[in-house]
Amino acid sequence: MNSSYAVPAVALVALATVLVGAFGLRISRTTSDFYVASRTVGPRLNAAAISGEYLSAASFLGIAGLVLVQGPDMLWYPVGYTAGYLVLLLFVAAPLRRSGAYTLPDFAEARLSSQAVRRLAGAFVVGTGWLYLLPQLQGAGLTLTVFTGAPDWLGGLVVAVVVVAIVAAGGMRSITFVQAFQYWLKLTALLVPALFLVLAWQGDGAPRHAFDEPGAFREQRVVRVDDTITIKLRAPLTVTVDGTVDGRVHEDRRVRLDAGAHRIKNGTRLTFARGDEVPARDHGTGGGLSPSLAESRGERPLYATYGLILATFLGTMGLPHVVVRFYTSPHGVAARRTTVAVLGLIGAFYLLPPVYGALGRLYAPELTLSGDADAAALLLPGRMIGGVGGELLGALVAGGAFAAFLSTASGLTMAVAGVLTQDVLPSRGVRHFRLGTVFAMLVPLAASVLVGGLPVADAVGLAFAVSASSFCPLLVLGIWWHRLTPPGAAAGMLVGGGSALLAVAATMAGFPKAGALHALLAWPALWSVPLGFLTMILVSLATPGRVPPGTAAVLARFHLPEELRAEVKA
Amino acid sequence: MSGFVAGLCVAILPLLAAGFWLGRRTARPQSLGDLGTPVEHATFETLHTATLAAPPLRAGLTEEAARKSARRLRSLLGTDALCLTDRTDVLVWDGVGQHHRTQIMELLAGPLESGRGEALPLSCDSPDCPVRWAVVAPLTVDDRVHGALVACAPRESAVLVRAAGEVARWVSVQLELADLDQSRTRLIEAEIKALRAQISPHFIFNSLAVIASFVRTDPERARELLLEFADFTRYSFRRHGDFTTLADELHAIDHYLALVRARFGDRLDVTLQIAPEVLPVALPFLCLQPLVENAVKHGLEGKGASSAAAKCRIGITAQDAGAEALVVIEDDGAGMDPDALRRILAGEVSPSGGIGLSNVDDRLRQVYGDEYGLVIETAPGAGMKITARLPKYQPGVHSAGRLTAP
Repeated sequence: MNSSYAVPAVALVALATVLVGAFGLRISRTTSDFYVASRTVGPRLNAAAISGEYLSAASFLGIAGLVLVQGPDMLWYPVGYTAGYLVLLLFVAAPLRRSGAYTLPDFAEARLSSQAVRRLAGAFVVGTGWLYLLPQLQGAGLTLTVFTGAPDWLGGLVVAVVVVAIVAAGGMRSITFVQAFQYWLKLTALLVPALFLVLAWQGDGAPRHAFDEPGAFREQRVVRVDDTITIKLRAPLTVTVDGTVDGRVHEDRRVRLDAGAHRIKNGTRLTFARGDEVPARDHGTGGGLSPSLAESRGERPLYATYGLILATFLGTMGLPHVVVRFYTSPHGVAARRTTVAVLGLIGAFYLLPPVYGALGRLYAPELTLSGDADAAALLLPGRMIGGVGGELLGALVAGGAFAAFLSTASGLTMAVAGVLTQDVLPSRGVRHFRLGTVFAMLVPLAASVLVGGLPVADAVGLAFAVSASSFCPLLVLGIWWHRLTPPGAAAGMLVGGGSALLAVAATMAGFPKAGALHALLAWPALWSVPLGFLTMILVSLATPGRVPPGTAAVLARFHLPEELRAEVKA
Repeated sequence: MSGFVAGLCVAILPLLAAGFWLGRRTARPQSLGDLGTPVEHATFETLHTATLAAPPLRAGLTEEAARKSARRLRSLLGTDALCLTDRTDVLVWDGVGQHHRTQIMELLAGPLESGRGEALPLSCDSPDCPVRWAVVAPLTVDDRVHGALVACAPRESAVLVRAAGEVARWVSVQLELADLDQSRTRLIEAEIKALRAQISPHFIFNSLAVIASFVRTDPERARELLLEFADFTRYSFRRHGDFTTLADELHAIDHYLALVRARFGDRLDVTLQIAPEVLPVALPFLCLQPLVENAVKHGLEGKGASSAAAKCRIGITAQDAGAEALVVIEDDGAGMDPDALRRILAGEVSPSGGIGLSNVDDRLRQVYGDEYGLVIETAPGAGMKITARLPKYQPGVHSAGRLTAP
């Protein structure tokens, strides 16, 4: 992949982020007019900031890759990622803002006035944050590898260093502007190339068989296989092979492969002719943002789909970097309006990655074989348009992808560092926040170097599942059920979140290879969320004496609109 | 392989955390086991048990406090059952013989009235019930009986009567401390109430004088100023809630500065840089306005009253810093001798007029804790820079009312 424009594009994005972060406040908010200075963040700006923080690499690159490899079934991912905000809007947004809590541990303390539950929630925030940071770093490594051939860990290191430097140096002072800027940058970086790609597709006669099974090559195409893989052929196929297939070495020879499985050694080059069917890749772990789990979901598609839907619908409200942004809204109603705007912005964004996926199926079907499906969005402009224009558009996508890593990683780092400085490290002012920042980034960085090559979206799925099984019951029951007790909340979080954590840990360790148990553990949300709710409810009912005093007043504060409250008190 | 390692790490981490927590919960001062004679060891054990029982009782005689401490108290006395009551109900029954719960309150009527300890026989229908005698020791605070400690045993024992009496006295002392804690909290609340809403009388006086001077020459201006004055005083005297938001406090500062400007003309140059993220932060009422008032006073002092053209620059910045908001108020005025300032903050000398810095410092420390006091950088002739750190969330700190949308 040509990188002549990509590296400057990435550098430009990083520089723009630093500049907006450091000087955005100085330029836009230095005034002697109090009415200008005390203008609160409007719902639209805040919504753009939330979207900017939320749209991570998994959305930016991963979904296109998933649609490319797995087809339209994978559209459940963007649907789930978006619909999570609908649940947030209906049940959580306004009461959460009115609670005055900044972080999730704050909410636990405000609602249950218990230090123990606060600390437990803090531990889960740190855990979820780290799990979510891991794929960001690995995705950055993948992107850099695609563009420059640098080793896997370098991209992660670059993002980690940039994020820690920006956050610790106080460069996120105008974080709302930075994140809003990142959203529009990401949208532009996908939208503009997508328009050109669609034009190119039109010019190509608008072929419509994108989701025909199986795909076919539209022109003669050379594929280099980087890992040793197994492919499945439905019909016999004649290809030119340079390398090792089924243990036999061929040198640029036309070989007829029978229907069935074939093992292709790494480094082999296959040349397919126009009109050849794209072979399906057998199970295996490919690096990248697409979940390896997605490949095994074929066994129980209905269960897996529902597991995915539940995890993404209910997990969004527990993402630490999303929750802290609601504090910026001036009041509960604004928080609700913000969430509606977020739904619009994210919905608009998620229309684009599937376009790349579908075009990828037409124009770069071999990516399913080489294991770089996540690079589809990065590679398509160069392939379909070509020339300087194509390269520039590719660089634009690369810049957008880097913005995705940067914004999500910085938001998460700040959220995790906030909890670490508040509840773990002894509080000694701003300097300790910097220490917390370093610590918050060091652990996932070390993990990503140590366990490099982990299927990345598994970790995203794990983060969503853990968040859905621990924080969703806490938030929903905490806001809507007056009989919740501290022991109930603690038990529910431990049982729900803990079991989800263990389930996906077992899956990642490859414990049950297949079968019903594998499906159960790989998509835990469907049973761990009800388990969390049930535990919380039952333990709360069993400890009726522990309902914190003042619960009625706290719930009234959560649910009454602010102006009404002021009148009541006056 | 790497997936396996990752899975293993993820699985082991929570286990480690749980083990660490359990270890800390169950840890005993093992080192004490090695020192001293068995008697000394027993003393240590007793003291340790008493120490563990004390913290819950500091919350007063409530059901939860009784539940948390009853088991420790029972192991201190070594009886089969222990019961804590208040004046009307059994709060907790720890140990065997739960069926005596109802009976106990009837028996207690006498001791609760007289305030003297007694040993009473219990009547029981079940033959194998080990609880036959109840030793009652009243819990008194300031000579008023608040409840009773009841230790139950199979037979009458003078030792138990004595021990129960001593433990009850010890519990009473803890309850007295709880009482003290409560009155201290009430005192702090009263102090906060007394400290707030003290706008400087000088300021009222000066403002009215300035407005009066405009009444004839510029009635329109006078009217505007009166409205500003009304807004500012309404904010200062409002009664609901002890806390406000940064946005509202900034509006009050704006009204205040409008009145000051009327007096000093264009000599004030105020620059604001407020991060919009921190506008919803809740903070004690009128805790930034005095700092601005202070900056105005110092700033104008430094320039000297004679040189009317000299400008005083005041900068107000509010930054987003993680879970805190950082508010900085700067002036380029006369500054102050750090030692004199230290004395003012320590409350040894009261500065002339106004609520001043020490009041704001006191309130911030009371609301947020000692590490959130004001940080002041100054030297004579070098201006003054005051930094206040405001946590975005603090239990019990909620702004009343909603942010005014501009």
